[in-house]
Order: sequence, then C-alpha cells, then structure tokens
Amino acid sequence: MTVNRYRCQLHHSAHERRLETHPLTWWLRDDGECVGLGEYVAKDGYAVVRQVLGHQGPDEVIETLKAANIRGRGGGGFSAGVKWSLTLKGENLPRGYLLCNADEMEPGTFKDRLLLEQVPHLLLESMILGGYANDSFYGYIFLRGEYVEAARAISRAIEEARAAGWLGRDIAGSGFDFDIALHTGAGRYICGEETALINSLEGQRANPRAKPPFPGQSGAWGKPSVVNNVETLCNVPAVLRFGADWYQQLSGERSDDGGTKLYGVSGKVRRTGLWELPMGTPAGELLDRAGGMHDGCTLKTWLPGGGSTGFLLPEHLDLALDFNTVAQAGSRLGTGILTLVADDQSMVSLVRNLEEFFARESCGWCTPCRDGLPWAVKLLRALERGEGIPGDIELLEELAEDQGPGKTFCAHAPGAAMPLASAIEYFRDEFERGIAHPGKDDVMPERPLSANGERGDAER
Amino acid sequence: MATIQVDGRSYEVNEKDNLLQACLTLGFDLPYFCWHPALGSVGACRQCAVKQYRDADDAQGSLVMACMAPAADGSRISIEDEQAREFRASVIEWLMVHHPHDCPVCEEGGHCHLQDMTVMTGHNRRRYRFRKRTHRNQYLGPFIAHEMNRCITCYRCVRFYRDYAGGTDLGAFGANDNIYFGRHREGVLENEFAGNLTEVCPTGVFTDQTHSQRYTRKWDMQFASSICHQCAVGCNISPGERYGDIRRIENRYHGEVNRFFLCDRGRFGYGYVNRDDRPRRPEWRGEVEGTIILDVDEALDRGADALRGARRVIGIGSPRASLESNDQLRELVGQANFSSGIAEREQTCLARMRRLNRDCGLPTPTLSDVESHDAMLVLGEDLIQSAARLGLSVRQAVLARRDSLAESRGIPVWNAEAVLTLAQDTRHPLFIAYPTATGLDDIAECRLHLAPDDIARLGFAVAHAIDAAAPAVEGIDESTRATAERIADTLLAAERPLVISGGSLESTAILDAAGNIARALATKGRRGGLSLVRREANSTGVELLDGRSLEWALDELIDGAADAVVVLENDLYRRVPRERVDRALSAAEAVIVLDHQRTPTWERAHLGLPAASFTEGDGTLVSLEGRAQRFFQVFEPRYHRPESRIHQGWRWLQALRASLKRQAVPDITFDVVTRDCARRHPALAGIVEASLGADYRVSGLKLARAPHRYSGRTSMRAHLDVSEPRPPQDPGTPFTFSMEGYYGFDRPRREVPFAWAPGWNSPQAWNKFTDEVGGHLRGGDPGARLLEPAESIGDYADEIPPPFVPRDDAWQIVVLPRLFGGEETSSRVAPIMARAAAVALTLSREDARRLEVKEGTSLVVETSLSRLILPLQIDAALPSGLVGVPAMCEAALATGDRAGLSQVPEGEGGPS
Repeated sequence: MTVNRYRCQLHHSAHERRLETHPLTWWLRDDGECVGLGEYVAKDGYAVVRQVLGHQGPDEVIETLKAANIRGRGGGGFSAGVKWSLTLKGENLPRGYLLCNADEMEPGTFKDRLLLEQVPHLLLESMILGGYANDSFYGYIFLRGEYVEAARAISRAIEEARAAGWLGRDIAGSGFDFDIALHTGAGRYICGEETALINSLEGQRANPRAKPPFPGQSGAWGKPSVVNNVETLCNVPAVLRFGADWYQQLSGERSDDGGTKLYGVSGKVRRTGLWELPMGTPAGELLDRAGGMHDGCTLKTWLPGGGSTGFLLPEHLDLALDFNTVAQAGSRLGTGILTLVADDQSMVSLVRNLEEFFARESCGWCTPCRDGLPWAVKLLRALERGEGIPGDIELLEELAEDQGPGKTFCAHAPGAAMPLASAIEYFRDEFERGIAHPGKDDVMPERPLSANGERGDAER
Repeated sequence: MATIQVDGRSYEVNEKDNLLQACLTLGFDLPYFCWHPALGSVGACRQCAVKQYRDADDAQGSLVMACMAPAADGSRISIEDEQAREFRASVIEWLMVHHPHDCPVCEEGGHCHLQDMTVMTGHNRRRYRFRKRTHRNQYLGPFIAHEMNRCITCYRCVRFYRDYAGGTDLGAFGANDNIYFGRHREGVLENEFAGNLTEVCPTGVFTDQTHSQRYTRKWDMQFASSICHQCAVGCNISPGERYGDIRRIENRYHGEVNRFFLCDRGRFGYGYVNRDDRPRRPEWRGEVEGTIILDVDEALDRGADALRGARRVIGIGSPRASLESNDQLRELVGQANFSSGIAEREQTCLARMRRLNRDCGLPTPTLSDVESHDAMLVLGEDLIQSAARLGLSVRQAVLARRDSLAESRGIPVWNAEAVLTLAQDTRHPLFIAYPTATGLDDIAECRLHLAPDDIARLGFAVAHAIDAAAPAVEGIDESTRATAERIADTLLAAERPLVISGGSLESTAILDAAGNIARALATKGRRGGLSLVRREANSTGVELLDGRSLEWALDELIDGAADAVVVLENDLYRRVPRERVDRALSAAEAVIVLDHQRTPTWERAHLGLPAASFTEGDGTLVSLEGRAQRFFQVFEPRYHRPESRIHQGWRWLQALRASLKRQAVPDITFDVVTRDCARRHPALAGIVEASLGADYRVSGLKLARAPHRYSGRTSMRAHLDVSEPRPPQDPGTPFTFSMEGYYGFDRPRREVPFAWAPGWNSPQAWNKFTDEVGGHLRGGDPGARLLEPAESIGDYADEIPPPFVPRDDAWQIVVLPRLFGGEETSSRVAPIMARAAAVALTLSREDARRLEVKEGTSLVVETSLSRLILPLQIDAALPSGLVGVPAMCEAALATGDRAGLSQVPEGEGGPS
C-alpha cells in the first residue's frame, strides 16, 4: 500500500539552488525524498566535521560563529555564537549537553520539518560541530511527537552516522567522542521553550525554569547545556566552511542580520510553501512568490512568524523580514513563516482560536498565564457569540498588558498577548461588534457601591 | 550587608537574601504565595511584584518579582509604585477566578494566607463572570481533608512534600488552569510530615481533619506556649482550645528547634486530652465500697491516711510528666524511695547518654544546627520513627550539599528550583546502621542492616579507624573493616561530622560505640556533634533526678520492703511485663495513681487523682537536645466543666504532702515549684531560665492567651449559668485566661502563644516575630540548654560485644519504634491508630522460608515471660536470626531477648 505523504513544499528546484547561496536547502532533492548518508557524503557532507575536528580549537569555532552572528531561528533571535561562548566549559566543570530544539509547534510554522524530514544528516553534522565547540558530552534532538516522518528519518540517519563513524568514539580520528539520541515529545507547545524542553527531557513536568541560571550555566541534569533550533544549527557547517564574512554577505543590503532564512507562507494564498531567501526579504516578495491571495480575497492582515507574533497590516508588506525591522513595527519576526489573513476572516474568531491554543498550552506554573489566558478566551468567546458586555474589550487589553515580559515567568504568555493586543489595536471595531446591543443589555450587572459611596473600581 | 532603597528610603539588608526576604525582614507588608521561608523562591505566583529601578536616573523602572531578585547592594525598588500595586491586585484577581469564595464554610477562614493577601492587595470586586473549573477531592487518610477547588496553584504543597520532606505520593497533575495536587489515586498520604501541608497551603486545600471534628475559628480559640509531649524532640506547639476541648495543634515557631514544621504524631496525636473517659474527679476503689467519687479534700484525707499507715512509700515517677511533678513526688516519698518510672534497660541507656553528653567532647546540636552538619552517621536509630522531627532535620542536612554547590556556582540558595536542578542527587554523606530499612534510606549513601551487636561493633571499628587509640574490634571481617574505614574517612573529611544514636535498641554497646566515635572525632579536633535520641518527652529530664529503675520499685513492693506506692502519670504495664506489675500492685497496701488517662494502672489504684494533661497544666521538660522548655496551661478545666477536679500533678503531690503532715495546703505557685526543683538538683539549675516568670509584663500587661477578636466570652457558659463568672485567674504564669493582655507582635518576647500580627492571621505571621525570616524569635528563642560537654574528654569504652550469631531455635528480638502507635498517649487517639500499620512480627525472607511460613501466617512468639500470637510480615531488609516486634505491642518482648517462633497449633485462635 502506498501512502501519500504530506510533504513540506520547497519552491526552488534543484537547479536554482547553490551551496553558496542556499546553505540550508542546497542538499535537498527535488522529489522530496530524504537525503541518505551516501548521497549526503557524495555532496561533500560531513566534510566540515573532518575539516574542523582536531584542526580548529572549540574557541576558534565559537569565534567564527560569533562573527557570523546566526540569530536564533526558533524566534528568539539570540546569537548562537554568543550563546555558545557563554556556555560554561572547563576542567572543573562537568561536560554538558547539546540539545536541538526540534519541537516545532508554533502555530503556522513548518520550516524545521522540511530539514528534519529531508536532510537529517545536515542536522547531525551541525550537532557534531556544536558538540565539539561546546565540549558537550552528548546530544539530544527533542522532536515534536507528531513529526513521525521526521522521527523515522532522524533515527535512520543516526544509525547510518554511527555505523559510518560520524557518531560515537573518536569521530573522524579527532579523539572527540559524541553521540546523539532522538527524544520525541509528548505534544506540549511549551516544550519549545528551552528550559521547559530540558525539564521535559529529564522526565519532569514541562515547566520553564527561572533564568538565570541559563542553561549554559546549569541546564539538562544541572550540566552546562546549549539549546539551539534546528534551522539555527543547520547553518553551522556552511559558516565553518565558507566563513563568517560570506555568511554576513548572504543577505546583502537587505538586512544587518546575515545569512539566509527559511521563509514560508500559509493562509489564503495560491501557493503555500517555503523558500530559502536572503535574510531581510520583504513580505511582499514572499506574497508574490506565493502567487498572491486567492481569487476574490484581499489581504486584511498578516502574522510575520507564527501565532505568537503581532498582527501587521498590508502597509507593512514592504518591511524587511528580519529581527530588528519587524520588532520596530511592533511585532516579532518569530519563525519567519507568514500567516496571511483575508478580508472575509473574523479577527475575533481567529484570535479566539489562537488564544484557546495558548491557554490550553500554558504549563500552569505562573498565575497571569495560567488564569489570565483562559479568562481572555472566555471573553473572546462571548464577543464571538455577540454576548460581550461593555468593558470586555478594555478587560482584554488589560489582560494582554498584564501578560507582558517580566510579568510572567516565561515568554509563553507575552507571545500569546501579542496577537491579542495587536488585533484589538488594528481591528477594534470587529471586537466592538461582539458587545451586546446596549438597549437589550440586561445582563450587565449593577455595580455595587463601595463603602465611600463611589462606584466600584472595575476600571482600575 | 547591602544597602537597598525601598520607596526612597535606605535600609541595610543581608545581601544573600532576595528582595522579598529583605522586605519582610524589614517589616514591610509585601504579599506572596509560592515563596516560603523554608522552601525558597520559585517565582510562580507573581504576587510579590515590585518596581525596580536601574539607578537614580531611571524613572520608568520595571516590574520584577521580589522573590526572584537578589537584594544586591544599591538595589532601588518601590513597593508602593502604582503599577506594581495594580499588578499585585490583578494577580489576586486571577487567583480568585476559580476560587470558590467559600470562606464562611471554609476551615481555613480566619487564619488564611489567601484572605490576608487579598485584603492586603485591595482586590475586592470580581469581574470574572464565567463558569469556575471544579475538581474532585480525594481521601488522603485520617489526618488531612482535601478540597482542591480552593487551590490557587502556588505549588507549595508539592515542594514541601517532595523536595523538603522526601515524600513521593503527592504530585502536581494536569496543565494550564487545570492543575491538580493530589495522589495518583486516593489513599493515605504516606509521608510522616504530611500534616504540615495544613500550614504550608496558603488556603484551605489541606485542612486538619481532627480539627474539623470540633471546629473553631482561630480567633475563637485560647492558646498557650506549649511543648509537644509525643516524643523527646521537644517541638514547640500552639494548642488551641475552646469549650474545654483542644481543637487543634499548630506549629509554634522556635528558631533553634522545630522552626516551621512538626511531625504528624505531634500534630494529630493530641486527642487523648479530649477523651470522654478521662478521669476528671478523684476515685476511690475500696473492697467494701466499690468505686466512689470523691471531692478534693476527702481524696487528700484518704490519700494521706493511706500513706500514713504505710511502713514505706515508693514513688514512681514518669518520663511523660513534668520535672516539677516528678520532683514533688520525690519530695513526697524521699530520694531513697523514688523511682523514675523508667524500666531498667532504658534507664541504663539514659544514664549512659547523660554521661556521653558530658564527657564525649562533642556538643549536642540544636535541631536547626543539625542542618548545618555535612556528614552523618546514624547508629541504631530509625529517626523517622523514633524522633521524627530530628529525622526531618537530618534530611535537610543531607540535602544542604546542594546549597554549597549552588553558591560555588553563583546561584543563590533561595533560588530553589535552580538549586535542585544544579545539584541533582548531590548530597552530604549519610550512613545508617539499623536492623531494617529506615525512613532516611532514600537519601543515605550507605545503609547497613545489622543486628544490634553488629551495629555496635561497626561503631567501635569506626572509632578505631578514626583514632587508633580507640579499642580495636577483634575478629572483624574484612568488608566491615572496609566499611568502617570508609565511614571514618568521610567523618574525618567533613567540616562538621554528626554522630546520631540513641536508646531505641536499648543497647549500651551501641551508645558506647557512638560515644567512642564522638570522642575520637573530638580527640582529632573535629568540630562535630553527637545527638542522642531518648524516647519520651521528659526522658532526659527525669533521668537527671537520679531515681531508681521501675523494676527496683516493683521489687520493693513485691519483696514487702515497701507497702504503698504513688504512681505519677505512668502506665506501668507499658514498661515491664504484666505479671510483675500485677504482683507489685497486689502486694501494695495502698496504690495511689495520678494520671489524666484511664490506663490499666489507673484501674488498679485504690485512690486515683485526676492529673492535668499538658494542656491543663504548667511544667518543664528537657528535650533530647538537653533543652529545658516550659509548657503552659492552655485553659482552666473547671471553667467549662465545673464538676471536674483536675489539678496539676505537682499540685496534687504538694497538697498530699501537706495533708500527710497535717498542715494546711499552701497556695504555692508554679514559679516556686520550678525554683525549688532547680535548687534541689544542681543539674537542673538552669530550668528557671527556660521561660518567663509569672511576674513578666509587657507595658504592664500580662500576655493574652486569646486573640483580641475572641467572641462569646459573656455567653459561652450560659447553658450552665446565666451570670458570667470572672475569668479564671492565673497567678502562676505570665499569661491571662482572656483576650485582655498583650497580644501584639512589635514588643519582642520569648513566649508567643499564637501567631498573629495586624493583617497576618495565618501561620505566615511568624515572620513578624523573627529577627529575620526563618531566623530567631526577636525576643530570643525560649528554653535553656542543660547538657553542655565538660572540658575533659572521658576514656574510650572497651566493652565490645561479640558478633551476632543467628540461632536455629531462638530469634533475637528487636523492638522497632514506630511513629504511629509506638507512644503511650498518642496511641489512645483514634486517627493515630487509624494511621498506624497493623501490628505484625517481621522476619527475614530466609527465616520465613526456613520456618515454612508465609506472609500473614500467625506465629506464636514465646519467651520465658510471655507467649503471644501475631501475624507475620516478611521484611526483606532484616538480617536472618532477628525477629522484629513493633514498639508498644507487648512489654514482655524486649530487644536483645531470645524468642522461640512456631506455627499456631491447630485449634488455637488467631492473633492475640
């Protein structure tokens, strides 16, 4: 029986891609089948491992990485090289872990999946290099449980790499020992938060940990640990092969951030999918590549990088999609996978759907997130049914404000607050339509008087 | 020290604290939930948000959680900042989203931290208008009720239960706003400190079931400073009374002893004082008259007559009675006729322990000091069973290695989860030698399951390995020698090694071995400690009165050398075999028993005098630490039960002495009795300093026993008499039986009967009484230490027992202490007995196989003194040749004796 697999679609054919311009996707086949070890090595895969291990010191590797400034592609945007340089190493310290965050669960995001399913050896090679640079004792790939195809590909790749000596003792005769295990998650969005990921990997509840100490000081099992996103890591071999300057120049004039980015588009567009393009490519170009909106649809708004980023308007399509530019526009680059929303879609329903996800996926550790998000969901449901009462929108704004960075324990709730706050900011009228007509508003409770005769302080 | 600015004013604080600790220590009211002084910070509840400014130019500032921010020098924060205040009010509003607002019917109401924090933040109107999430509750055993709907998800319960107390059967389940704290399935909470959940929980999820059976709000109860009577640790407790019944026991903070936590026997084992069958009036049992009830004068007359007619009167004291009562008994009968009421073997062990405390060269650490030792050896004690609260401190000492590791890596020790993460299983070494598994095995580096004599031999070998001058053990096998050397090396390498032993196995050899190790460590100049476990609340103190053993007293009666006996608060049948007690009491012409319980000994009395329990009387106890501590009367029994004639043991005895001399009964006060006792016994000279005297005043006021909101005083006796009597007077102590008196928190004082400060009704109010959070009481921690080591170190003991050899025909008995059911008074309490494991014999798997018996089979245990039938339980840890017997099951079965075991002959009944 043949099973029709759903595949992430990369919209460049092989002849459009070159290693020097497409360091991530050059390896991929046009037929979307997984690149096995033989093919990977034939394409000069693992050459960088041979080039680096035993020939460059870990500090040298980290210096190159720092100069290249690969900003965290999971959405955080933190420089991988800096993260590596802050990871504790030394004779009196235990060797730690290199952890790959492959728990891709950001709503609307499907970029890591492409690399995991179709070129797992690229990730393994990257992790070997990362392990070497960070003096890691062992590597783990924390994979989203639903990515069964990727799990199969990674497992096979690990076996192949072990058999060929790319994993295990004395890799490539360098004296460096390193191995990798695959861990499939049980399906919690919060496991994409690096410290929750570590807790989950350890078998604890997937609650984030307080920072500091950062994982680089005390991570998995209390050992210095590095957590990097799949796409971030996959840039490492090319950076070490061609150098930091080459990497910086990949984005040309488009962005201060170097390298390429796996961009993608979903929503009511003609051609959803992924493209590896220079960092800083404008959203408009992506919309063009996606063939524009469906017939009869007009773009109303768009999310630049997943459900936890803020909505932007059609007027923002010209902005370069890089970390700083999108942040200046009031949103976040996030994963760089765009979600386009058409005119006929209800913002209240859309945001309600997103907030239901975030409320459900709250780990339940801190109060604002645990008890604030479900309240927002209930308010949104009421608005959706036309059962809102005056004050609900202000209350939603207040709830979104109270989920701000620093007020909650981790970045989950601030992420959840972004689409909510921005949707109300740009489309307040849609929310107002959810308030029951004042004339028939008999559910509105009379506010009790406070002791000094003033009205209650609900608006405070 | 660091200087921080709070709302524009500068303060000196400890730079090792976080900002929340610093603010609370400074006396600010900053609300919090997930932080606890003993559990540290985790940043979960977000309640303690304050505004922090980078520097003097930063006008904007940003919100930080005070509990997660170090009190670094130069920190500038604002508690009063509008944004911070609003955010804190919002946090309460979210916590209240699912909270049922059932305060009127909730048992936490009135001492609820959630109530206090809600009032503090000013949140008073709910805007949430949707459905609340609900949970199903669980049965968690006889102690604790579960009401999950009240939960505000602060995670304190699981952090206390798992991370602090080492429990495994309480967890957090679920996610998002559907978190559930409970067991994986309904059932009794296994941990011996589960009762602390009632205080750790900031609201009414975990409440005291023994309290709900006779519920009273905190503000309606009368309290006194009291000391737990359920073992020798001497935890400070705060019993609450109303209508003449004790309603519950709560922890009373003591910076050097129990700090925030009690064990479940101490917390829930008090119900014997409320028993309906308690003797409340003097009873006379005559051959002619049968049992008749007497009034006080008549009872004293008959008692005096009986004693006057006797040739010689023996006094049998009690390690569960106060020093004052024991001393008055001794005065009545004379030193030559005074017995401590403690069985011979135990008494010998107690005497040995007293000597070791004096001449082994190492001091006895206080409980909180135990926590700062970094290597521990326990010889012959299962601390969780024999001195539970001490065991909990040892657990903290073992886990404290985490803190030093964290500090070395720049992680502050209050950052609780980070410390746990970093340290993983890093622990200070703990070695335990005991016949079977113990409650601290899970954190022990090495567990040795040995017969008592082999435990002693191991100990002697350790001492020899530390100091070659200590006697060597002959014929020791290679592996034991290696183990002993490993232990010795570990203790020597430690900065503060601690040796713990005690009388549980009634082996002087084990004590001598522990003493030799302590001497060896002291000789080598180590700053260590020796902690010795005694069994009962006043075992340490009564031993200092130099009374003779109980067996001696009984023999004097049996031999006819004496013909009258006065027994003080002691059930003799619990201590020596029944037949011997029967013979002695039958031989006596006059048996006078003072007790607050209707024990089998009471039933043998010609004259029974109803004595006060610890809740109705004042007295002094000496804990295993050698700390003399005072417990004070909580309530006056005659106020609610006018017919009762309960008096404190020392008062009865003092009156009896006066009647015997045909003198008027003098109106002496407790202070006088204490001073007399101190004067007569040089070892006890310090007890006067143990607490405040009756003349103590704060601003001219005595200390109030009742909170100022105490209600119903004018009407609570209306069913007896419509006119309100004058409240009972208390000339003997610094307390009043009333809400009239000093009840504030701002005048430091050593005795704080209950924790209350304005805005702080819950046990969290203790932070208002300490010099720093988790520190000492500002007025000084009460008590006076009596047993400090002498300058000179005594000689090494050299009586080393031969190795234990199992025998085919006779098993060596080991009586195993048990927390629930293993103590005389608390085993008269229903919930304790419901919690106690079924009584059974334990045998090794090998011995059971050899006897061809299975788990649950009834076995006959026969000694020269007794024969009884008990079901068998297989104990995989027990060495072959031993038979384990639970404590308090039969006095005739004593550790070290040999017993025959056989299957029950056909036709004979089940377990006896």
